[in-house]
Amino acid sequence: MADIFEIVRRTLLDPGGLTDQQLQNVLHHLAGRQIDYADLYFQSTYSESWVLEDSIIKGGSFDIDRGVGVRAMSGEKTGFAYADDIVMPALEQAAKAARSIAQQGQEQSVQAWHKLPGHKLYLPLNPLHSLTEQEKVSLLQRVDQYIRQKDARIVQVNISLAGEYESILVMGMDGHVAADIRPLVRFNISLIVDHNGRRESGYAGGGGRFDYQHFIADQLAFQYADEALRQALVNLDSIEAPAGPMQVVLGPGWPGVLLHEAVGHGLEGDFNRKGISAYSGYLGQRVASELCTIVDNGTLPNRRGSLNVDDEGIPTQNNILIENGILKNYMMDKRNARLMGTQSTGNGRRESYAHLPMPRMTNTYMLPGQSTPDEIISSVKKGLYAVNFGGGQVDITSGKFVFSASEAYLIENGKIGPAVKGATIIGNGPEALTKVSMVGNDLQLDTGVGVCGKDGQSVPVGVGQPTLRVDELVVGGTKS
Amino acid sequence: MKVIDKISFDTNKLQQVAQDILNEAARLGANQAEVGIGTNKGFSVSVRGGSVETVEYHQDKAVEVTVFFGKRTGSASFSDLTPDAIRAAVEAACHIAKFTDEDPAAGLADQSELAFQYPQLDMLYPWRISVEDAIKLACQCEQEALAYDKRIMSAEDIRITTAEAFGLHANSLGFMGCFPYTRHEISCVLVAKERDEMQRDYSYTTACDPDMLESVSIIAKEAADKVVNRLGARRIPTMKTPVIYIAEEARGLLGHFAAAIQGGSLYRKASFLLDHLNKKIFPEFIFIQEFPHLPRALGSAPFDDDGVVTQANIFVEDGRLQNYSLGIYSARKLGMKTTGNAGGTHNLTIRPGDKDLKALMKKMDKGLLITEMMGQGANLVTGDYSRGVAGFWVEQGDIQYPVHEITVANKLQNMYQQILDVGNDVDTRGNIRTGSILLEEMMVAGE
Repeated sequence: MADIFEIVRRTLLDPGGLTDQQLQNVLHHLAGRQIDYADLYFQSTYSESWVLEDSIIKGGSFDIDRGVGVRAMSGEKTGFAYADDIVMPALEQAAKAARSIAQQGQEQSVQAWHKLPGHKLYLPLNPLHSLTEQEKVSLLQRVDQYIRQKDARIVQVNISLAGEYESILVMGMDGHVAADIRPLVRFNISLIVDHNGRRESGYAGGGGRFDYQHFIADQLAFQYADEALRQALVNLDSIEAPAGPMQVVLGPGWPGVLLHEAVGHGLEGDFNRKGISAYSGYLGQRVASELCTIVDNGTLPNRRGSLNVDDEGIPTQNNILIENGILKNYMMDKRNARLMGTQSTGNGRRESYAHLPMPRMTNTYMLPGQSTPDEIISSVKKGLYAVNFGGGQVDITSGKFVFSASEAYLIENGKIGPAVKGATIIGNGPEALTKVSMVGNDLQLDTGVGVCGKDGQSVPVGVGQPTLRVDELVVGGTKS
Repeated sequence: MKVIDKISFDTNKLQQVAQDILNEAARLGANQAEVGIGTNKGFSVSVRGGSVETVEYHQDKAVEVTVFFGKRTGSASFSDLTPDAIRAAVEAACHIAKFTDEDPAAGLADQSELAFQYPQLDMLYPWRISVEDAIKLACQCEQEALAYDKRIMSAEDIRITTAEAFGLHANSLGFMGCFPYTRHEISCVLVAKERDEMQRDYSYTTACDPDMLESVSIIAKEAADKVVNRLGARRIPTMKTPVIYIAEEARGLLGHFAAAIQGGSLYRKASFLLDHLNKKIFPEFIFIQEFPHLPRALGSAPFDDDGVVTQANIFVEDGRLQNYSLGIYSARKLGMKTTGNAGGTHNLTIRPGDKDLKALMKKMDKGLLITEMMGQGANLVTGDYSRGVAGFWVEQGDIQYPVHEITVANKLQNMYQQILDVGNDVDTRGNIRTGSILLEEMMVAGE
């Protein structure tokens, strides 16, 4: 296998004829007297998507995005500019703009390059080439035919296949150079069923850092279709959801979005540096029941939220956020770590070269406990069993978070009862986790569909958890 | 540092790029093609603790090309405008079209529907402010906000953004439309603390003309008022109660309506308003219209994403749904005509009533005033609606105390029928314009 650095250099630097010496010079000019740190972030992304709707391949698109972001930091100040042409004049102009954050002064010396190796969590492959175009559209068509013949109540099927081949190169003023090639694929199916005029929808999908063969092996794409149909049919029979505080059992896997919202964002370094997170000042203190150990792990092979190096060139880590209920660590990027006198935890991420890095999650999940899922459900006299969710949101300052259940059931006397309509669940982060009273032995990660938004920047993430019992959350149904 | 003092895009050059793309598509055998180009240039500054925190210079361009081979479609998007990159992207789009199916609804608008004559909208007002002056202004905003109340512990983010943007749409039927505009914004996010409780809230002003921006003093005071008033928030009991959505959040109610009458939701049978044309979905007094050509309004657009002329469509009159919001593609799927709404509605407006917020609260007497929404929680297929909220408990028409960590739920169909009044306190900052809305009854989940 060719060296990642060489492949990335050919993709990013060679087309514009950029040499090491030129880049050294740019960093040298950036490194003014008051500049604490500066870096260049080169990125190219080739992506495609194919869409099937009304049983025809309705469209496909191909996207190319290339550019370089230049950042210079002086104390708490950051100057940032970028260019969508990777050529010297554009790069020099961006560097000049970024540098204007600090006053002119004597230039500092820039360290000689040394390559910083990353993990090898996924292959540096181009997933767009892993199937022929004919095979891609054929997969969509076969899944459509397969699911439509399963149930006559299906009135609409929308399927998409998307892939991305991203190359990045980070060069820091400290001489660190890191590179990564990041494949990412995704398969989605949503469908609508109509029974006697009542329409309901179902959705499923998955993906990760591998190629399209993943969806064909084990018939995974067809399993997603079955799952979407199952959800839609469950919703056809759903009754009004209850309203008010109650015991809630959360299923394994994707419901881990609870942790992402209730805990994860509140432990990001930027909010804690500013002291405006509901978790600020709680390091070493109890913030969850002792059953809870929560990690943010960017080092899981092939996961959607994993990275060989983060967007500041730091290898990702398995960071323990909460251990047996005690808050252990915040997630850090270089900037916030420098200002707080600590080290980056490999959580510096950015949507693209046109955005500034900030502390972000990778794959966030709770480690398994002792209870079986059956024990947990049968322990509840009256409550809600929520197994699938849409999105969530958090106010990191007040700690209030929401997430919307898309598949949920009543629990009555320890038994799973009728399905209820989707409802928003609301809680207070630091409080909700102290009310986790049972943790299952069935840890699952999500199927690879998570997108996290923060300050207008989207990045792919993963979540997961075992089955959990939370003794009180407010369920936002319509039935009193 | 330099002031953005001239129009920073080159119309002729971008028109030439668009024409080159269309020519290349024709050369590769496409019988129709269209191009959209968007550019954006400007900067944003943020300050904290009396000095600058970030200065970001923005300079984006994005091109999207769609080619049609008969009824087969392919698209590509890119940002590199060199001839080689253009050729490669058009070729990629044409390559994709070899593998897509014949789609009877595909293709450009008819010649007669295109906006060959479109209005020149009055939306280009560059802000002649230097980065240094923007920083000073933001610092003034922070200083005034912090001085407002000792419980305000810090500013999370005070930001000033200015951008000049340019939209171009061209197609192989000879349409070439250009649309320059500016957009400026001042925002202020504050954190207040009292004992163990921290709350966060914000205020912002945005406009295409800097003279229409609110002053930083007003933004600072608004944000400070909002954040301090949230301190002491508690839950309320689970119950049915009338609610008022404050104008800013009432826009979301109208946003769900706009999404539900959009062609894409309808032909996919993914809307609770499917087959509701000419049906009464609101009370008699509700009138909803769009105003795509309002001068200096950020939602205005001279033509839609298909190059079709935009028009002042009436969507709801006497409470009845009069029109769907359609582009060429969804109109063909539904066997209807485009309404010039490819890409959505423009300055969608619900006719205001005569009461201000205070009078609306008097009318409600006792209930919940919603000032913030959390989460998604609206299912457009079924109309089921359940969202997290924060706000204030109102009795005898007066605010009693702040509330949070509660949800409100109902069905959108019922909520629209149960609108009792629309306030005259219209929020004009976005693409949806409404005053505060009083609703008869929602299920609140709390204690």
